Amino acid sequence: MIDVRNISKTFEGAEEVKALVDVTTSIEAGDVVVVIGPSGSGKSTFLRCLNKLETADEGGHIYIDGVDVLHPKTDINKVRAEVGMVFQQFNLFPHKTVLQNVTLAQRVVRKRDKGPAREKAMQLLQKVGIHEKANVYPDNLSGGQQQRVAIARALAMDPKVMLFDEPTSALDPEMIGEVLEAMKTLAKEGMTMVVVTHEMGFAREVADRVIFMDHGAIVEEGTPEHFFVNPIHDRTKLFLSQIL
Amino acid sequence: MIVRKRIAHHAFWQAAFFGIIALGIGLLWWASSEVEYVWRWYRVPQYFIAQMDVEINAEIEGTVKAVEEKGDKVFITVAGAYDKETYAAPAGSARVYEGDFAFPGDPLAVYEVTRPGILLQGLWITLKVSFIAIIFGILLGLFTGLARISDNPCLRWLAITYIEFIRGSPLLVQIYLWYFVFGTIINNLLAKQGIPPISSLWYGVASLAIFAGAYVGEIVRAGIQSIHRGQTEASRSLGMNYVQSMVHVILPQAMRRILPPLAGQFISLIKDSSLLGIIAIRELTKATREVVTTSLQPYELWFVCAILYLVLTFSLSMFVQYLERRTLIS
Ligand SMILES: Nc1ncnc2c1ncn2[C@@H]1O[C@H](COP(=O)(O)OP(=O)(O)OP(=O)(O)O)[C@@H](O)[C@H]1O
Ligand SMILES: [Mg+2]
Repeated sequence: MIDVRNISKTFEGAEEVKALVDVTTSIEAGDVVVVIGPSGSGKSTFLRCLNKLETADEGGHIYIDGVDVLHPKTDINKVRAEVGMVFQQFNLFPHKTVLQNVTLAQRVVRKRDKGPAREKAMQLLQKVGIHEKANVYPDNLSGGQQQRVAIARALAMDPKVMLFDEPTSALDPEMIGEVLEAMKTLAKEGMTMVVVTHEMGFAREVADRVIFMDHGAIVEEGTPEHFFVNPIHDRTKLFLSQIL
Repeated sequence: MIVRKRIAHHAFWQAAFFGIIALGIGLLWWASSEVEYVWRWYRVPQYFIAQMDVEINAEIEGTVKAVEEKGDKVFITVAGAYDKETYAAPAGSARVYEGDFAFPGDPLAVYEVTRPGILLQGLWITLKVSFIAIIFGILLGLFTGLARISDNPCLRWLAITYIEFIRGSPLLVQIYLWYFVFGTIINNLLAKQGIPPISSLWYGVASLAIFAGAYVGEIVRAGIQSIHRGQTEASRSLGMNYVQSMVHVILPQAMRRILPPLAGQFISLIKDSSLLGIIAIRELTKATREVVTTSLQPYELWFVCAILYLVLTFSLSMFVQYLERRTLIS
């Protein structure tokens, strides 16, 4: 489903930052991949390169569902419509109600009629358990509720892949559970997911595969059993000992 | 929201406010009478609504054959030796009777018409020029603001050059440039093609719109940049293109922050339109100047002129406040 070959990303600026260094991996349809690693290791950059919110350096390739993402002739908006993304800061549209947040892209990008878009939105809001708040503005919701709306908003596009960038890191502890629950449901339904998170419980329970990144490179990847029971690399061991 | 304390002696200070205003007006009145100025406010209304007598004159020599009232009109027929003419006028305005003899130039009917006076015409021109310039200023400013933050260096540099040029020279000079330089060139080119010249009004509108556009561009840029980057990323990650993201997500949010400084800019524009008198556009200020020279009542007229501008600018700021409240609700 996702094929990443030799991707690097350099941020130009006062000083050059190599955020990704020659990353190669592939993700099968239906897989849930959890990306972990210390702060600044390039997890977000990796995720953001997948839907071209950041443009990877020349030389590498990214294929999503067979489409060459970095090819100049590729319509990136078509790719993005197939790839949902959930952000740490939710990024809901504050000037639109919950319902409008979920219908907007359906109407504008998918060109769905009002009725079907609304129906789809209500169905997804129900799924993430927030349909009573359909006509409320995002500012009046708790963080956990906002993040669930953000998930519904991304799902409304019928994406083939969902990307999550630390979806629970900005949440109060008592709200983390509800968001993880929604994500678990999604995983069980067979959604292809790439999740950057520090929630090791989620990784252990849901992940098909865990990727550990450090200094912009993939250090180690494998099943959760492999990872949490007998990791190979010292850096992985050190990181896990700090976080667990 | 500013929370104000109710100070001690509140009523006294309120009274003091009105006292000072009354004192100011009183002083002005006293000073003007010292220099023997006679206030004649009753002369002002004629410059708003002018009553004029209109005469309908016979064009031929002959006898009035008929004076027939039909509905709200009267038809007067004059028959000469060789020809016959019928004149229409409002009912009741006929000054001749059947059988009268009329020479060319004799009044057959006289009636009063009400016309907008010079000041009202000037006000209308000011309103028209400002309105058109504001519309174009918004469009121009929107494009400039977007170009200013574009990744395309050509667009960005064009926007910067435009903004710096416009902000770097006086509006008065720009008006002269538009009228005497560009205007002359354009009208000459048009004349060569046999096309009639563009009136100075449009060069005035152009100078105001292009002047305002540069400032609006900066206001728009600041408004867009004040919206968190996450909003763009969220909308783009859903597959919206640049225009869709701007129209549905960024601009509606930026609007709230753009509106107050935009109102200030357009209030300036209305006031700046007073400069257009120098290129023979008879807007409110020029109209006032003309009336002053004929009426010799400068005190009243300049006050009236100032108050008319105040009415325009105040209405605009009320309208923008209304828009602001509406964007706040949604
Ligand atoms: N827009 C940018 N410009 C310059 N440098 C950047 C930019 N975005 C990220 N970086 C740098 O790239 C490196 C990787 O950042 P990234 O955000 O991908 O890390 P991360 O693993 O997601 O960290 P965290 O856990 O803190 O979110 C960091 O050194 C960061 O400072
Ligand atoms: Mg990150």
